[in-house]
Amino acid sequence: MAQAVEVKAGNSRLIRAQLSRRFLAAIAAGAIAVTFALFIATPLHGLVGFVLVAAVLYVVAQTVISNVVEGRRAAMNRLVTSVVVVCACAAVLPLVAVLGFTVIKGSAVLDLSFLTHTMRGVAEQDPYGGIYHAIIGTLEQVGLATLLAVPFGLLVAIYLVEYSTGRLGRIVSFFVDVMTGLPSIVAGLFIFALWILALGQSFSGFAGSLALAILMLPTVVRSAEEMLKIVPDSLREGSYALGIPKWVTVVRIVLPTALAGIVTGVMLAIARVTGETAPLLLTVFGNPALNFNPFSGAQASLPLFVFGEAGLPNETAINRAWAAALVLILIVLVLNIMARVIARFAGVRS
Amino acid sequence: MAKSIQMKNVDIYYGKFHAVQDVNLSVPPRAVTAFIGPSGCGKSTVLRTMNRMHEVIPGARVEGRVELDGEDIYRPAVDPVEVRRAVGMVFQRPNPFPTMSIRDNVVAGLKLQGVRNKSHLEEVTERSLRGANLWNEVKDRLGRPGGSLSGGQQQRLCIARAIAVQPEILLMDEPCSALDPISTLAIEELMGELKKDYTIVIVTHNMQQAARVSDQTGFFNLKAAGQPGRLIELDNTEKIFSNPTEKATEDYISGRFG
Ligand SMILES: Nc1ncnc2c1ncn2[C@@H]1O[C@H](COP(=O)(O)OP(=O)(O)OP(=O)(O)O)[C@@H](O)[C@H]1O
Ligand SMILES: [Mg+2]
Repeated sequence: MAQAVEVKAGNSRLIRAQLSRRFLAAIAAGAIAVTFALFIATPLHGLVGFVLVAAVLYVVAQTVISNVVEGRRAAMNRLVTSVVVVCACAAVLPLVAVLGFTVIKGSAVLDLSFLTHTMRGVAEQDPYGGIYHAIIGTLEQVGLATLLAVPFGLLVAIYLVEYSTGRLGRIVSFFVDVMTGLPSIVAGLFIFALWILALGQSFSGFAGSLALAILMLPTVVRSAEEMLKIVPDSLREGSYALGIPKWVTVVRIVLPTALAGIVTGVMLAIARVTGETAPLLLTVFGNPALNFNPFSGAQASLPLFVFGEAGLPNETAINRAWAAALVLILIVLVLNIMARVIARFAGVRS
Repeated sequence: MAKSIQMKNVDIYYGKFHAVQDVNLSVPPRAVTAFIGPSGCGKSTVLRTMNRMHEVIPGARVEGRVELDGEDIYRPAVDPVEVRRAVGMVFQRPNPFPTMSIRDNVVAGLKLQGVRNKSHLEEVTERSLRGANLWNEVKDRLGRPGGSLSGGQQQRLCIARAIAVQPEILLMDEPCSALDPISTLAIEELMGELKKDYTIVIVTHNMQQAARVSDQTGFFNLKAAGQPGRLIELDNTEKIFSNPTEKATEDYISGRFG
């Protein structure tokens, strides 16, 4: 008990010396200054290297000084906090870089005329031309794929969670897992072999939708399944005890409760396939002109457009590829934001 | 309209686990039957077999006969949905539907069975909420979500929801365990009202409550941990509390259990 914390007036043992904000800023300035000196005195060069060296110097200096002033535990805390923050930044860095690069490159060509014109009769070196046909193609193909995959996937998930008891459920579940890892080109090849070669259909947006639906299906099933599983059984029982049949319980009690999560899963699945290129190469084929009808004839799509233009040895074509990539990213971004908004407002009330 | 329940040589299992052994009992119509007994002895389990709620749990099964007015409810031809329309239930833990407003929670049973008539639904909402002694507290916020109520209010909401569909038998699993004495009294009064028309089975840990509200009382017990629970005796409430046949019952009631 003699060891109990002494609280001395004005100099409490509970209060430790602390590095002030200003002092930390001074350390940072020092680190940058030292790095400058290093870069001048030695053959080190480059912005990335500069930032890295400065950051490492700052963290080391901060830890050492903190160890002296604040004590071991506080120094450790500062070190680990720094490492965690650096890791978090490093994780979003590639994303921000890709996004920023695309915005810079893409905004050069991106304007209203680019969005409302097609590539019909446009040569690769021509500065005009646009992606209207590709936007329409992508929206139609992804929309159709969603219409195919979402109801189907939801029914599978409902079967797995609410109805299956035995072997069939386990088998279905296993194949859904395997399908999750299906390379997208294989989905395209499969539809190419089945729909176009064996059944003699033409290239079309719909053929692409079939391939995309195959890719969406496992994601939709998995996410919906997980969401349905976490709906508490007490809600199902509460409904049964009111004399409500099982299917009404599933449709009116269980699904609404899980809705937010299911919508998020569906949106992620859509976002994932919107950028797919490989399966569309073999099924949609690509088309410089506008084809509104997804059920007949080759169509364009944004990923195919990017792929095609980026492969041309010409500055204007490559610029068009960047602009199309930017539009593609924006579409996916809008879908993601929509998913978040829906997830917030749908379903469980609070 | 009120119905009776008979159980004959009923054994109840959760997978391999034999939870309740050889129950024989008769629940008379227009009366309150109370089940008492130590925790884990199978009171909830027995209650749940009375409206085929037990089989909802994977691997759970029932052997023996459970009869509703002489009709075996476990015959393969029987539709469990119809059984549950006749035999309603209030659970140990409140489970209001989180996606629905208070109003919709109360009439969920009717609405999801297809009743559309607005004025009828409104009337049922008020009557049921009054019956569960919740009307005054929520009448100004019927549109708020059911999950926004306190635990005790949620429990009364679930009672209102159960009586809104007007079952013939009402099973209540410790309906008052989360309630204050005033609400408890209201629920007990409600039971007194309801038993004019309905058959009620209630599980309670509150001996005074069993003595106050029930006409007959059944005492469940376990021989030892891991052994199946059994119905030790079932008799008029007065007799159980004054002069029980079994010594185990007397020990439990007088607090000399274990
Ligand atoms: N879902 C379940 N799966 C497996 N065993 C269960 C399940 N529910 C209950 N049991 C077991 O069955 C036995 C009886 O449980 P039950 O819930 O009927 O007890 P109870 O008498 O209602 O107890 P309490 O007074 O605590 O509510 C217990 O041994 C319990 O562990
Ligand atoms: Mg219980």
